[in-house]
Parts: sequence; C-alpha cells; structure tokens
Amino acid sequence: MARVLINFAHPALEKSRVHQQLLAAIKGVKGITFNDLYEWYPDLDIDVAREQQLLERHDIILLQHPFYWYSAPAIIKQWMDLVLEHGWAYGHTGKALQGKYLSNIISAGSAESGYHPEGKHQYPVREFLLPFSQTAALCNMQYLAPYVIYGVHRMDIEDVRGAAQHYRNLLEQLRDDKITPEALTRLTYMNEALQLPSQTR
Amino acid sequence: MNQHSLLFQSMVYLAAAIVFVPLAKKMGLGAVLGYLIAGVIIGPSVMGFIGKEGEDIMHFAEFGVVMMLFLIGMELEPTLLWRLRTSILGLGGLQVLGSAAAIAGLAYWLGQPFNASLALGMILSLSSTAIVLQTLNEKGWMQTAAGQSAFSVLLFQDIAVIPMLAIFPLLANGAASTADLHEPSLRDNLPAWGQTLVVLGAVAAIVVAGRYLVNPLMRIIARTRVRELFTATALLMVVAIAVLMNLVGLSSALGAFLGGVVLANSEYRHELESDIEPFKGLLLGLFFIAVGASIDFSLIKEEPLLIFGLVLGLMVIKGVVLTILGKIFKLSTDQNLLFAFALADIGEFAFVLLAFSNQVRLIDGRLSAMLTAIVAISMALTPLIMLLYEKVIQPRFTRQIPHGDERSSDEIHEKNPVIIAGFGRFGSMTGRFLRANGIKCTILDMDSDRVDALHNLGIKVYYGDASRYDLLVAAGAADAKLLIVATDQSEQTRQIVELAQKYFPHLQLLVRAQQVEDTFELMDQGVLHIYRETVDTSLRMGADALRMLGVRAYHSERAARTFFRQDERTLKGLSAMRDDKKQYLVSMRERIEEMEKLIASDRIKTWLDEGQGWDASSIRDEVRGEAES
Repeated sequence: MARVLINFAHPALEKSRVHQQLLAAIKGVKGITFNDLYEWYPDLDIDVAREQQLLERHDIILLQHPFYWYSAPAIIKQWMDLVLEHGWAYGHTGKALQGKYLSNIISAGSAESGYHPEGKHQYPVREFLLPFSQTAALCNMQYLAPYVIYGVHRMDIEDVRGAAQHYRNLLEQLRDDKITPEALTRLTYMNEALQLPSQTR
Repeated sequence: MNQHSLLFQSMVYLAAAIVFVPLAKKMGLGAVLGYLIAGVIIGPSVMGFIGKEGEDIMHFAEFGVVMMLFLIGMELEPTLLWRLRTSILGLGGLQVLGSAAAIAGLAYWLGQPFNASLALGMILSLSSTAIVLQTLNEKGWMQTAAGQSAFSVLLFQDIAVIPMLAIFPLLANGAASTADLHEPSLRDNLPAWGQTLVVLGAVAAIVVAGRYLVNPLMRIIARTRVRELFTATALLMVVAIAVLMNLVGLSSALGAFLGGVVLANSEYRHELESDIEPFKGLLLGLFFIAVGASIDFSLIKEEPLLIFGLVLGLMVIKGVVLTILGKIFKLSTDQNLLFAFALADIGEFAFVLLAFSNQVRLIDGRLSAMLTAIVAISMALTPLIMLLYEKVIQPRFTRQIPHGDERSSDEIHEKNPVIIAGFGRFGSMTGRFLRANGIKCTILDMDSDRVDALHNLGIKVYYGDASRYDLLVAAGAADAKLLIVATDQSEQTRQIVELAQKYFPHLQLLVRAQQVEDTFELMDQGVLHIYRETVDTSLRMGADALRMLGVRAYHSERAARTFFRQDERTLKGLSAMRDDKKQYLVSMRERIEEMEKLIASDRIKTWLDEGQGWDASSIRDEVRGEAES
C-alpha cells in the first residue's frame, strides 16, 4: 500500500463548491493523510518540523489546490520555501525525499480547450506546472502526472459531485497500488489513468 | 533688615544665580561662568552683598564636589573603572608628577625655598574637577577620547590629594604638629598599623553597607510611599560617608566616589541619582559663586602684571605637560588640545591645600592670598578657554571628525535604545519579548517588590517614577530611541507622555491605553502609537471562538484583523467628533453612547462576501453569461 499525503490549500474554502465536494468525497478514506495547510497555519507560520515529518512518513505527496493565476495559493509557496530545506530536501546531504513522488491536484476555471496554443491561456496546464516538476526533480523525487479538474466555473452541482467521486476512486487506486506511480510517470495527466473524460462538458 | 540673615543670603545667592546663569547661557558662556560672574558681582569687590563669609560658604559648598563625585561614582561600574586603570594611573600619575615637577622648578627658580616649591608644585598641578566635568558634561564632550582622558586624570588628582595632605607637614619640617592641623580624627592617637586598619575598616564599611544595606533599606523606604524619604535617604547616605571619611581622616570626596561605585549596580541607582542631582547642582553653583566672590580684586589691582603673568605662565606650563602626555597616550591633535585646554586650570583643591599649607607655615600668608586669586582667576578662565576651543579650534578639525576620536559611546555607561516605563503584567511581556530578541531595555518601575524580584532574576530594573523629568534623564532618555509607556495608572501615563513630548521630542512613544477614554486622551495628546491593552487578546479569543464553531481558521484570523482595523478607524472618527464638541469630560451615559456607536459600526463586511479575489463569484457569472449568449 502506498502511503498518500494530501497537502490541501484553499484560502476561501467557504466559497469553493468544487473543493468542498472533493473534501467531502475523500473524507474518511483509510490510508490517506489529509493535511489542511490554511487550517493549520492561518498566519502562514509553517511548522517546518511537523511538515517534514509528514513528508518522511509518506510515499506520494499530492498538492491539492485551486489553479490561482496559473499556480497555487500563497501558502503552498510558503510551504515549499520553508519546508524543502537545503541539506534536507536537496543539496549533497539532502536525501530525505529520495524515491518519493510529487504531484498536483488542481481545479481550473476554464475548460481544457483554453489551455492550448489557440486558447485563452495559450499553454497546457502541465507547462504551467514546470516549477513543481522541477522542484520534485531537485529534491530527488519523481513528478507524477497532475490531476486536473477543468471548467469548474461552468459545472453544476451534479458535475461537481461526479468529479469528486472520480477523485475518490483515483486516490483509492493509488493507495492500493492499482495505479502505480511508475505508470503515472509515463502519462501527461493523471486523468488518463482512470480512462475518464477529463472534461465533463 | 538684617543683611546677614540666612533668608536674605539665600535670596541673594539664588537671585544672582537666576539672573546670571541664564544670561551666561544665552551668551554661550556656559553655566559655570555664569555662577562665577554672579559671585564676582555680589562679592565684596562689586556690590558687596557678601563679604568675608564667602569663604565659609565655599567650605560648605565644597560638599557639592562630594556629591558630584558620588554621582560620578554611580555612573562607573567597577569593571569600567578597572578598564580605565591605565589611563587613571598612567595618564593621571604622569600629569601630576610632570606638572608638579615643572611648577616646583619654576617656583624654586623664582626664589622660593625648596620645600615650599615642592608644595606649590603639588598644589598647582591639580585641576578643577567641578568646573571641568561640569563644562565637559554641558558641552557633551564627556564621551570623547579627550573627555575620558580628562576624567581619568581628574580622578587620579582627587585621590592624590590625600597623600599630599600627609606630606605637607613633613615638608614643613615639623614646624607644627599634624594633630592640630586638621580636624581631629580617630586616626591621630593610633600607631601606624592601627591607622591603616582604621582606614581599611572605613573603606570596607562603605563597600559592605553599599552592597548589603542600601537595597534592603531602600526597599523599606519605598514601601512607605513617602517620596521625600527617598531624598532624605540619599542625602543621608552621602553625608554619612563624608562624616565617616572625616572621622578617619580621609577625603570625603574620595569616600563618596567609592560609595557611588559600590552603588553603581543597585537597582535604586537612577532614583538616588535623580534625588541627589538637584542638590549637587545647587551646591556646585554655590561653590562657583563663592569662588567668584573670593577673588581679591585689590590684590590684583596692586600687582596685575605679576598675577596675570603667573596665571598665564602656570596654565601654559600645565598645558604643555598635558599636550606631551596626550601625544604619548595617542590622542589625535584636536582631542589632545581639548584635553590640554580643559585641564590647564588650577582646581578647587588648591584652596584647601593652600589653607592647609598656610597653617603648617609652609607658605606665607601674602603668597597664599595671591595664589588664591590666581587659582580663582584660572578657574574663571576655564569656561572661557573651553569656549575658545569650541568656537575657534574645534571648527578647524570638524572635517576630520568621521575618522576622529568618538570612542564607542558606552564607555561611561551603557545607553539602551529602549526605555520601558512600567514593568507590570503588560510592560513585562513587551520587555521580555524585546529582551528575547537581543534588545537592551532600561526598565523603570514603581513597585519595589517587583523591582527586587526582577533584579534577582538578573534583569536590569530601576525603581522610580517615570513621570519625573530627572528620572527620565537618568534613565538615558536623551539618547534612547523608544519610550514604551506601559504604566497602569492613566494619569501617570498622561504625565509621562506630556513630559517626553516636551523635553525629548526625538523619542518615539509607544503607549498603553486602558480605557476607551484613555485612548481618546492619548489621541488628543498626539500620540501615534496607542495600544489598547486588551484588544488583541479579546480578538484572539473571539477568533478562537469562531474556529470552535466550525469557521475556517484562516477566515477567523482575517475576520479578527478586519474587525480590529475597523474598530481603530471608528475610534479615530469618534475622537475627531469629540474634539469638535469639545467634550473632555465624558459622563457615564456618554460612555455608553460611545459603546453603542462602536457596536453599531460593527456590521462586519467580511472579505469572503466582498472580495473578488480567490474564487470570485463574478467570474463564474461572467463565464456562464458568455455561454448563454
């Protein structure tokens, strides 16, 4: 069984239909650790030791967050800046994360078609996530294909519930090694592993 | 009217001081010269308000010098004294030896007998502790290399007076026995080893009393909460030391200095300082007035050339010796000149020593009178010479000051950037926090028990009422950057703020306010940084309550901050309204009204409803709108 850690970041969960449903769907799933960063550190004062211990105890680290301005909410950056210490995560003696996997679980407002050269955002999501995949590489981790929920602006509540259920399935399969990280490294998006349409509409 | 009544005398002295000191200050001459001029004017030579009794007054006023040395001692921690040992012994010793030898040579050459020449050399080698230190302090030169060197030399001179008093009778070839020369002391009928023992015993008594007796005593006094008892205790301390020293035949100035050094680490130091300071100032002023009055102008009129020639000659000799020493001890040119100019005068101890050598018939009366005039003139000239230095010589060097001789300013006593007034439950938290972050604070508190407890923990706390100007000065308000006012009496807080704004406008004020009305008062006083004492805790509690009710932590936190900002704004608005209405007396009913206004303005607009960052609802509407159209 793979040990999965979800580092969740949403500064205004009260307003987010999608993430509320995602959290509801994965609530109580065994063998998955849920770490709510804004709830733990409302003043952005990250407990580095605690975060590092969490990382050490897990194999697959998923950063779940909205895709704000082609990136993550501020606390994720703060978390990276403080927790991924030199000598621990990277550098000559920084081997704590060796052999682990990192990925993003993202909700994006636009449809997938927006993330194409002809689209509004011009680049695919995977390219915007370059800082994360390279961070993983520098920290001796492998970056897995990210999971993207597109078009959330237009989803109605049923769509959202469906997406949440898919997310739960995905996590369970990851946990039970039905989807292996090795397989995910070969994909571009985790969505493909479930053979699900990545876009509901 | 009885011209010689005590009250009349006091009136003359005080009036003279009040008229001439501000005048002298205004003309840039300094307070010391002001006092001297006042003395000359009211003295026998001009107005004749005071006559022969001027000398008695001088003896009385010499006590000002004792107090000054007590205060100087208190500024000096023993470790610092130890650090200055080279300059005290080396520079001071060489100065006294060099000047004494040169002047003795001159006197011998002018036809004085050998022994008298030696005595004259010693007498005239001394400089005026009172005038020099006063002037250096006044001009703010105490911390410069020259100031420090001058201080060391003066310290050595004060100590050197004691062996001089012992040597003079020997030089007089037993013309008179030592016993009837000075006040009878315990020492006189003892064998040599007994004398040594008595002296050592007296010194030990001062050290032991200072270490173990003063703090408990001050604690008892503090508990009585009778302010004047402090002043009484402080005075008693200095007087008792002086009496003890006289009893064993030592210089009271030296004893007071020692007592001061012992008390340098006491938490009551600032309190003692501010209690004695005014007495010291007045007595020194009196002393200078007496010096001015004692100048015998008829003698000067008789032999003006001889007297002024001697004054000039003596000061030049001393100046040259000092300059050479300054060079040896590596003072830069401008500092060396200041050093030489400051110490070229002849000091007040000369009066004492002259009277003494007259008694032992070492020097004859006429010469003694002439020398008294010379000493007085040279003392009167010192502030003028310093003025000359300040106006003419120093400006030529100002360009070199950057790589000049400003030694680190904590040479004499550490100056902390932060003063905390009130170290109760509020101020102590701030103080601990600053301390934890390596910020040095001078702490003033009114609760003697707390002062003790903290002192035992090794924290520097001083007992005292921070709403007193002199205590703030003693705490280093002139050099501090921040004044944190955390007292729990709003009246006291108000007074401290007023005082600080008036006399230390450079200080940034951070002020604790208790009630809403206090906040308004402080706003009216123009305080920018006001800390209502329970606001942060109450809101933190409120935020935690929100969290426990299931509200997200981040939202609770931001909500508390939003509320805080809104509340501050409302308060400012209300404060302005109060000003308009000129309502300074707020009745109970009005207080409730104010509270109502505050509550009415609390309809909090949360950032979750208002903000369109972070999952904006508007973009959802917009996107859907596009899809429909």
